[in-house]
Amino acid sequence: MVTLTDEFMLEMQRRMLRIRAFDERASKMVKRGHIPGTVHTSIGQEAQVVGATMALGDNDYMSGNHRSHGHPIGKGSPLGPLMAELQGKGTGVCKGKGGSLHLADFNVGSLGESGIVGSSIPIAMGAALSSQVLGRDTVALAFFGDGAANQGVLYESMNMSGTWKLPVIFLCENNQYALSTPAHTVTSGVIADRAAGFGIPGVRVEDGQDVLAVYAAVSEAVARARRGEGPTLIEVVTYRYNEHSEGLRLGTDYRPSDEREAWLKKDPIVLFREHLIANGHTAEAMDALEAEVLAEVDAAVEFSENSPWPDASVGFDDLYTDSEYAA
Amino acid sequence: MSVMSFLGAIGAAQKEAMDADDRVIIIGEDVEANVYGTTGGGKTRQETGDFVQMYGRNRIRNTPISEEGIVGAAAGAAMTGLRPIVDLSYSSFLYMAMDQLVNQVAKNRYMFGGQASMPAVFRSAMFYGLNTGAHHSDRPYPMFMNVPGLKIMVPSTPSDAKGLLRTAIDMDDPVLTFEACILWGLKEEVNDDEFWLPFGVARTHREGTDVTIVAISSSVQEALAAAAELEAEGVSVEVIDPRTLVPLDKQAILNSVAKTGRLVVVEPAHRTCGAAGEISAIVAEEVFDSLKAPIVRLTAPDMQIPFSPALEKQMYPSKDGIVDAVRRVTGQARLVAVGE
Repeated sequence: MVTLTDEFMLEMQRRMLRIRAFDERASKMVKRGHIPGTVHTSIGQEAQVVGATMALGDNDYMSGNHRSHGHPIGKGSPLGPLMAELQGKGTGVCKGKGGSLHLADFNVGSLGESGIVGSSIPIAMGAALSSQVLGRDTVALAFFGDGAANQGVLYESMNMSGTWKLPVIFLCENNQYALSTPAHTVTSGVIADRAAGFGIPGVRVEDGQDVLAVYAAVSEAVARARRGEGPTLIEVVTYRYNEHSEGLRLGTDYRPSDEREAWLKKDPIVLFREHLIANGHTAEAMDALEAEVLAEVDAAVEFSENSPWPDASVGFDDLYTDSEYAA
Repeated sequence: MSVMSFLGAIGAAQKEAMDADDRVIIIGEDVEANVYGTTGGGKTRQETGDFVQMYGRNRIRNTPISEEGIVGAAAGAAMTGLRPIVDLSYSSFLYMAMDQLVNQVAKNRYMFGGQASMPAVFRSAMFYGLNTGAHHSDRPYPMFMNVPGLKIMVPSTPSDAKGLLRTAIDMDDPVLTFEACILWGLKEEVNDDEFWLPFGVARTHREGTDVTIVAISSSVQEALAAAAELEAEGVSVEVIDPRTLVPLDKQAILNSVAKTGRLVVVEPAHRTCGAAGEISAIVAEEVFDSLKAPIVRLTAPDMQIPFSPALEKQMYPSKDGIVDAVRRVTGQARLVAVGE
C-alpha cells in the first residue's frame, strides 16, 4: 500500500470535487442553453479519473475520449479556459474550436480528448514512442471506455507497444455502458484479461470508486513504464451517474434502477471524505474544501461568461502552421 | 550532381533528413529490410549497410501490419517532439488508417486551437499500370484533397521527389506524398547537396502559347511526350506540373490559361471529384473569358482497375489520348476530319 501525504490526499479530494462541481454546473448550463451542443459528464467516475491523473507526473502525457472534462481537470488544468471552451468562447483552452468533446491542454500534458471512440489510444502510444526515441523519462496514458475496448486499434496499439516496450498505460474506464449498450452483452470475456494475449500485465480494479485503489494500480503501471518494462492494461470498474450525455432522453430504461441506487451509495467523493475524516480531518475542513471548489467553479463560469466570442476571422486560423487558409 | 532514379532520390532525401535531425524517424512495414529501396545506403550500401545499420532500430522502426496503429503512433509522436516519416507502402493501405489520417492527423492542430503541430510525412506508392489488380492500383490523392489540414505532394521527377520530400520532412504540418511506381526507374541528374523545393509552386516543364496542359504524377511524362509530338505539327504546348495539390499553385495555372486560352488537365485518378475536376472548375471560375475552347479532362474512368494487361492499360491517360485532346481544343481534330 502506498503511503500518501495529507496534502496529496486533500488534493485528490479537491480534484474530484472540481470534476463533480464543474460537471454538475455544465449539465445545468446545457439544459438552460448556456452551453451549445451537449456534454458527457464524469459524475460518479471521479475516483477513476483522479486516481489515474494524479499517478502521472507533470510532464507525462495523456489522451482521452468524449467523457472529457475530468481528464484535464484531474491533470491540473485551470477551470476558466475549460469552461470557456465548453461555451465556445475565444478564451477557451482551444480558442473555441474544439468544444467539450475535444478539450486539450498541452500545458498539463493533455494531448486531446477524442470524439471518435478509441481513436486517441494510439496518440498516447505515439507520445510514449517519442519518450523512448528521445530518451526522456515521460510516460503516456490513454483513457478509453468499455465501448472502445472493442475497437481494433486498441489491440494494434497493445501489440506494438508491447513489442517495443513503450512507456504507455492503457486505462479502460469501464462504466459498464456504451451509451445504452451493457458492456457484458457486447464484450466477450474480461477486458483486463485481454492483456495476457499481448504478454503485458492486465490489472482489474474492481472498486473503481476508491481513489486510492485506482491510484495504487496506476502508480505501479507508471513505475513499470518508467523502468522501461513496457505497457500495462488497467480496467477500472466504475459507474456513470448521469445519462450518456446531458439532455439525452432514451425511451427505454436500459439501466435497472436498483443498480444505479447501489452505485450511488458508493459515491467516490463521499467515500473519500469519510476516509479523510477517519484519518483526522474535520468535517468542517471538508465542508470548507467543498465550498472553496464551488467558488472556483463560480469563478470559472464568470470568467467564461465575461469572455468575448471569438472573432469570426479566427475560424480560418490554425489549419496549418505556416500559412493561413486562403479561399 | 549525380544520376539518380526516382526511388533513389526519395532514399537520398530520407537519408539527408535522418542525418540532419535526430528527431526524424522512419516507421513502417518492412523498412528494416529496405524492401522498397528507399531505406538503404544506395551506392555505398556495401560500406554502410541499410538505414537500420546506419541509424539503429531506435530510429528505423519495423512495424507489424497495423496501419491504424502506425499512423496513430506517428501522430502522437509528431505531437510530442518527433518528426516521423511513415512508409505505408501501397496507397491502397491508407484506407486501413483512414480514421487516424482524417480524425487525428488532419484535425488535431485546428481542433485544439493551434496547440498541436503535426510534423509527419506519410509516404505511399501508387502501383497503377503494373498489373497488380484492384487492391494495389489506387490513386487516392483526390480523396485526401477533400480533407482540410493535410498537405499533398505528387512528384513526377527524381529532382522534384528529392526536393519536395525534404521540404515535407522539415515542415511542421502533415504531408501525404503519393509516388507513382511507374516512375520509380525514371533517372536524371539530381543535385547531391541538400535542397528544398517549396510547396505551392508549380513547375513549368515547357513553355508554349497555344494550349496549357496541367498534368499530375506520371501523366507529366505522357504530356511531355505529347507536347514533343505536337511541336512537330506546329502546335505550341505549355506543360505545367502542380507538384503539390495542397497547396495548389492556382496562379501559375491561371496565368498560363490566360495566355494560351486552352486547357487540358491530365491525371491518373478517377474522374469524379478528381484533381482535374477541381483545377477545371478553378479555371472556369477565374479566367472563363480567356477560354477559346471548352476545357478537356483526361482521367481514369470511374472504374475499378482490372488485372489483365489487355484491360488495364486503357484505364489511364496516354500520350496518344493527350495528343487527340490537344487537337480537339485547338480545332485541328475537326479540320483533319473535314480534310479527309
